Amino acid sequence: MSETDLFAQQEANRRRSTWLVAGFVLFFAWVGFGGDIAFGLLTRNAPAGSYHHVVPVIGIVATLVAGGICWYAWRFGAERVLWATGAWEVIEPATLEQKQLVNVVEEMAIAASLPKPRVWVVPDEDPNAFATGRDPASASIAVTEGLLHTLNREELQGVVSHEMAHIRNLDTRLMTLLAAMVGAIALMSDGTGRILRVGGVRTSGGDGDKGGKGRSPLGIVVLVLWLLTLLVAPVISRLLAMAVSRKREYLADATGAQLTRNPGALASALEKLAAASAPTKAITLGAAHLCIVDPTGNRFASAEGFLGDVFASHPPIAQRIIRLKGMAYQEAKREGIQTQTA
Amino acid sequence: MGLILFLAVIVVIALWIIGAYNGLVALKNRVANAWKQIDVQLKRRHDLIPNLVNTVKGSMDFERSTLEAVISARSRAVSATGVQATAKAEGELTQALGRLFALTENYPDLKSNQNVLQLQEELTSTENKIGFARQAYNDTATEYNTRQMQFPTNLVAGMAKASAAELWEIQDSAERAVPTVDLSLPKPPAA
Repeated sequence: MSETDLFAQQEANRRRSTWLVAGFVLFFAWVGFGGDIAFGLLTRNAPAGSYHHVVPVIGIVATLVAGGICWYAWRFGAERVLWATGAWEVIEPATLEQKQLVNVVEEMAIAASLPKPRVWVVPDEDPNAFATGRDPASASIAVTEGLLHTLNREELQGVVSHEMAHIRNLDTRLMTLLAAMVGAIALMSDGTGRILRVGGVRTSGGDGDKGGKGRSPLGIVVLVLWLLTLLVAPVISRLLAMAVSRKREYLADATGAQLTRNPGALASALEKLAAASAPTKAITLGAAHLCIVDPTGNRFASAEGFLGDVFASHPPIAQRIIRLKGMAYQEAKREGIQTQTA
Repeated sequence: MGLILFLAVIVVIALWIIGAYNGLVALKNRVANAWKQIDVQLKRRHDLIPNLVNTVKGSMDFERSTLEAVISARSRAVSATGVQATAKAEGELTQALGRLFALTENYPDLKSNQNVLQLQEELTSTENKIGFARQAYNDTATEYNTRQMQFPTNLVAGMAKASAAELWEIQDSAERAVPTVDLSLPKPPAA
């Protein structure tokens, strides 16, 4: 099976993404309940009457707060993103350009066998596009005015197919939830740090007269590990979100190519988008990982190798174009063979 | 202990059968729905063509035979019944439309006419939608056919009344042909 085979690539990307999301969830659980384990072990041998950490308060509070944030993102995330970009919905297309956009979205919805998403235009001259929404039935696709001016019909179709792929693969849901998780972890790290500083005084005072006799060494190790995690959690969670997002971009390119059967058009669209590298001002950081190309004008975005791998929400455009052109070649080859045998 | 294990296995198998059965039924409905989509788009194309013909009629008086070819191809496509006949008539309609659009290129006032541009965009989009609807239908039908043949789902296929769905083949050999690309370099000027 070749590296650039359309279906094989999708399968591989899906598997990698699953692992990344599983890692994210495990990490989340450790940050919440790890602290409880540490305190549970530390206070287990404490004399009767003094404080025993039995109920996993930190974990429960952290999970409740994180759950609340996720719920909010689930319910209102898409609306918030669209609202923040100042997008307006195309209901009655007024110009030929808008009519074409609506038509192309309808075409891609048919190709993906999905209901037609709502179509939005972002008043920004930099060409870019993104999709949002928690499921295909309530999804939205937004493109900038600059994109409509820059691309021809086929290229627009390529970009819309990429966004439709995000919707079909439920990336829009995953991304909204991931953004919320990153926010929740940052908040939790902040909050527990503050509680510890207040609570720490009392605990150390209580331990002083015991001389630390009943302490479990394992508990101290867990505690140190947990504190370390709290310190680096916000950074790591953000890096993980970016990693997931990068994988998803390749997958969306592949699925989009499967929808249009025309990977070359998306490749040529990406070339045009890369050429117009000005930052998309209307799209804020919160929606950056939803866009077809990094809207921040991030200098890591075009970097290959380690820095680009770690610090960019999108894979290098050059790399994506190469992969798409590989698919275009594969497609042409396969069609040629079919015709010959038919 | 042995009894519990036995019951657990039974429950797992029952759950699997329910899942596989429902999966097949859902796929079957998706295939039927994909087929409907093609119909919807074909109908839409038939509705658009009279508008187009009326708009370009005045400016394209010389091309009467092309316009008449489109009109007659449309009426044949509308009255066609059965998959084979429909596919054939629609293919001819596509070709007639293609010729008409190629000719409009010769009329500057048509090329800049907003109405014509709108209609052309609509028909282009409808053509695309027909193509994508066919593609979606074939993809879904292939998935359905593969699923009902694969082990162990094939054991449930009879229960779900699954039978192989027919794929929409390209009828027209011209449509199937790949354009020939001439990659030979221009001859260098004789030195």
